Amino acid sequence: MLTRLREPWSDRRAELTLGALACAVLLVIVLMVVFVANEAWPTFKHNGLSWLGPGGNVDEQINTMVNSGANAPAEDYYVRAWPLVWGTILTTGMAVVFGLVFSILAAIFIVEFAPDRLRNVIVPVVRLLAAVPSVIYGLIGILVLVPFVGNHIINQGDKQSVQFIVQLTGASLLVAVVILTVMIVPIMIAIIVDALYAVPRGWKEGAVALGVNRWRAMWTVSVRAARPAIIAAAVLACARALGEAIMLSMVSGSVGFAPNPFDGPRLFLLEPLRPLASTIVEDSEALQTPAIRSMVYAFALLLLFSSLFLSLAGFLAKQPMKKYGVRI
Amino acid sequence: MAVTHPRTLDDLPHGGFGMDPAGGGRGPGSRTPKRKRHESMSTWRWGDRIAYVMCWGAGLMLCAIAFAIVGYMAYRGVQYLKPELLWSHPSGEVDQSKSGGFLDPILGTMILTIVGIAIATPLAVAAAIWVVEYGRPAPLARAVESGIEVVAGTPDIVLAIFGLALFQHGLFGWMSFTAEGGAVFGRSFLTAGAMMSLIALPMVFGATREGLQSVPRHVREASYGLGKTKIATIRRVLLPAVRPNISTGAALGMGRIAGDTAIVVILLGATLRLESEGSIPGLDVLKGTGSTLTSYVYNNSPAGEGAAPEKAYAAAFVLLLLVVALNFAVDLIARRGAKTGLEGTRLGAGR
Amino acid sequence: MITEEQPPPIRKIVVDAPPTVAPAPPAGANGHGSNGYTSAGAASVARHDRGEPGPERMALQALSVFYGDNEAVKQVSLSIRLGEVLALIGPSGCGKTTLLRTLNRLTELTPGASRGGTILLDGTDVDDLEVTTLRRRVSMVFQQPNPFPMSIFDNVAYALREQARKRPGRGVVEPLVEDALRRAGLWDEVKDKLDAPALRLSGGQQQRLCIARAIATRPEVLLMDEPCSALDPRSTQVIEQLIGDLRKDLAIVIVTHNMQQARRVGDKVAFMYLGDLVEYGDAEQIFDAPQAQRTRDYVRGAFG
Repeated sequence: MLTRLREPWSDRRAELTLGALACAVLLVIVLMVVFVANEAWPTFKHNGLSWLGPGGNVDEQINTMVNSGANAPAEDYYVRAWPLVWGTILTTGMAVVFGLVFSILAAIFIVEFAPDRLRNVIVPVVRLLAAVPSVIYGLIGILVLVPFVGNHIINQGDKQSVQFIVQLTGASLLVAVVILTVMIVPIMIAIIVDALYAVPRGWKEGAVALGVNRWRAMWTVSVRAARPAIIAAAVLACARALGEAIMLSMVSGSVGFAPNPFDGPRLFLLEPLRPLASTIVEDSEALQTPAIRSMVYAFALLLLFSSLFLSLAGFLAKQPMKKYGVRI
Repeated sequence: MAVTHPRTLDDLPHGGFGMDPAGGGRGPGSRTPKRKRHESMSTWRWGDRIAYVMCWGAGLMLCAIAFAIVGYMAYRGVQYLKPELLWSHPSGEVDQSKSGGFLDPILGTMILTIVGIAIATPLAVAAAIWVVEYGRPAPLARAVESGIEVVAGTPDIVLAIFGLALFQHGLFGWMSFTAEGGAVFGRSFLTAGAMMSLIALPMVFGATREGLQSVPRHVREASYGLGKTKIATIRRVLLPAVRPNISTGAALGMGRIAGDTAIVVILLGATLRLESEGSIPGLDVLKGTGSTLTSYVYNNSPAGEGAAPEKAYAAAFVLLLLVVALNFAVDLIARRGAKTGLEGTRLGAGR
Repeated sequence: MITEEQPPPIRKIVVDAPPTVAPAPPAGANGHGSNGYTSAGAASVARHDRGEPGPERMALQALSVFYGDNEAVKQVSLSIRLGEVLALIGPSGCGKTTLLRTLNRLTELTPGASRGGTILLDGTDVDDLEVTTLRRRVSMVFQQPNPFPMSIFDNVAYALREQARKRPGRGVVEPLVEDALRRAGLWDEVKDKLDAPALRLSGGQQQRLCIARAIATRPEVLLMDEPCSALDPRSTQVIEQLIGDLRKDLAIVIVTHNMQQARRVGDKVAFMYLGDLVEYGDAEQIFDAPQAQRTRDYVRGAFG
């Protein structure tokens, strides 16, 4: 048989083999959905869809589950994970919004205003930032930013005003959003810069020849032409932010508390939280317990469908770009 | 009229405009002096001026943040990194601060990266070749490409959880420790490596596909014209041509594998040292559990059980150096590949 | 002795002509006059009513343009007047496009480009002016039509909106847009679809849209860089007619590699060769009785 393998393969056999390997990827996706949904089923069975909603202290519910045994009664499966979902929405949403604004400005800077020498520095810098592992961001967050916020920004008055509900330690929405923004900015900058460079020269020249200053020419023509790329970048960054588990578990405080915007902007930012992905990581030791296991898999299923949905949205957003031939 | 040439290229206006005030008048016949004729901002609306300042602010802040991160890590790393940490095993206790280094995590990172990229590369290259060179039926090829993008967009934590569910199935008992009674542990270098390959797959696929698409048609046609079959052309002509691309993609993938923590935490069993499983040499390490630099840092930070932030800093510094080195390698390969006339990757890593 | 060869007869391409050849309109009317053939050397070709050229708008004094050390334009002195079309002709690489792009300082966008000599706009040195102000008074139309990815209305209104200190409301802008489209001869074709994307227009229409966009702010000088080279003959004819109509309000400088077009459209012609201004004069004189040998060779088609 080995000699047969060493013969030159026929094209047909090669095509089938390569095709099978390629389609293995599709198989993996199908398996992923099937396995995760299968494990998540008990939570849905006991809670319906309302496990996404509010109701009680989610930390206590999780503790109950951790302590329940292999044959847990139905009540132990009870979970209302709204604070976790809200934490995820907050961090992702705020990071994407701030990150997008920052990325557009930085991309315009790179393409238009940066002196050549500075541009040669910034481009590798962006690549470097994209490559830094999330655990390093988390380490700086937990060892530097969290104590800083805890000691210098949170004061006694803040702590007292919420002391019956939650403890302010510095691990907060503020730190989480700041670091998450820094993490997703390089991805967005790379895409937007590529798109700005791909805008046809005729448009840029035409705008400048009409006596429009450089900023206006860039903003009204190039950025406008790059709008689909900006949307695609935002979608991609959203997916990245949604799935960030390690860094957020280190800086967000791991308290199943839903930061309350009605507490005022200052307190709102200083309250701790617990996004979905971090919960998965933190409870990963207890995965033998069926109750926790199915809850964690339910979270994973939610994240999986969100990222699938975002992939689809990103694909749709890229379609208009084909019109201008921009490569994303 | 005397016309003087510019003395050096520096005398000429550069590509960009600066904030210099508009050049003053010059008499007829004089050559442009060292002063550049640039537009001033006096006619800009105030909104435009604010935007200009904000763009500069964003650019400078970006540089500042990057230097702060790298600088601080370097500062702490140099402060806490002692050479013996690199080659001594971690001590057995949970509290790491007293003694022990992180040799095992370093080995763990290396093993995991190699396993992951070894699985990912053949798969990704095969898929890229199929998509570009064959791709029949066309909807299936588009589906495969979309599928790889979906995998690329899936959070690593979801992949880790999926891996756990998958590899705890009896079918995969050979990949990790199996207790009597049939419970498969599901956590080992093999299982973690398998999931890591999914992380690296899109990068290698994207780079290879770009490389294949940039090989001009006439190269293939010349080979077919000489009577070679398609598969022979691929093996002998195209694959060597895209080797820099594959290397670039693999380096990018290795960087991502080395930096990933979630999969390690869930799928590698979280033993500080490499614990082998079974009796076949080599395979026993792969079937066993261990830790990597990333999980070591995580566990030694206040978020984990360990209480040794100094060790965490030292390990994080080593990790950062490793990732930076891999990225530098990507640049080198891309530049060397470009010299032979093939495209490397652009600013967006692998996209 | 070399016999004088007849230059090729000028023939205007008549697409919508009635069955009989129409008589030449009386002198003093605008627009093109006689159809049909002319005999060689006839200086009485009533191509269009030229009228008196107006005041000098731009003056070039010993203008030189360098790309690095390479001198692309060598000490050119010219005069550009209101009501006059100046055609720059010459073989490829002679510097005519570089010269044109220097007039609105577009060459500054190229790294390594520098300039010597003076350009005066209405008596003011162009270097003393703010570059954006200069470009509002000296507009440009490019070889490839480049309408922005916006609606037709937004394209024409673009300069009006962006150049103003405060963004003018639609009511202010609408009549100006209509006026510009009318002057560009595009109004009737697009008046019902002003909000349609500009990129859906045909090539000729796009180029006329670019002309409308350039003249919307009433510049003093209009620069045209081979505006018809990417268009079919029908659109070319329309645009040449347009140039004749626009002449009375603007000074026009047109670069063309098509000698016949220069003859049809130009009032004054400047022939350049490898950066030098070889000859400059009235169109009839350049084409019918060129003084320099090189001009004679080029006009005759001996090289190109």
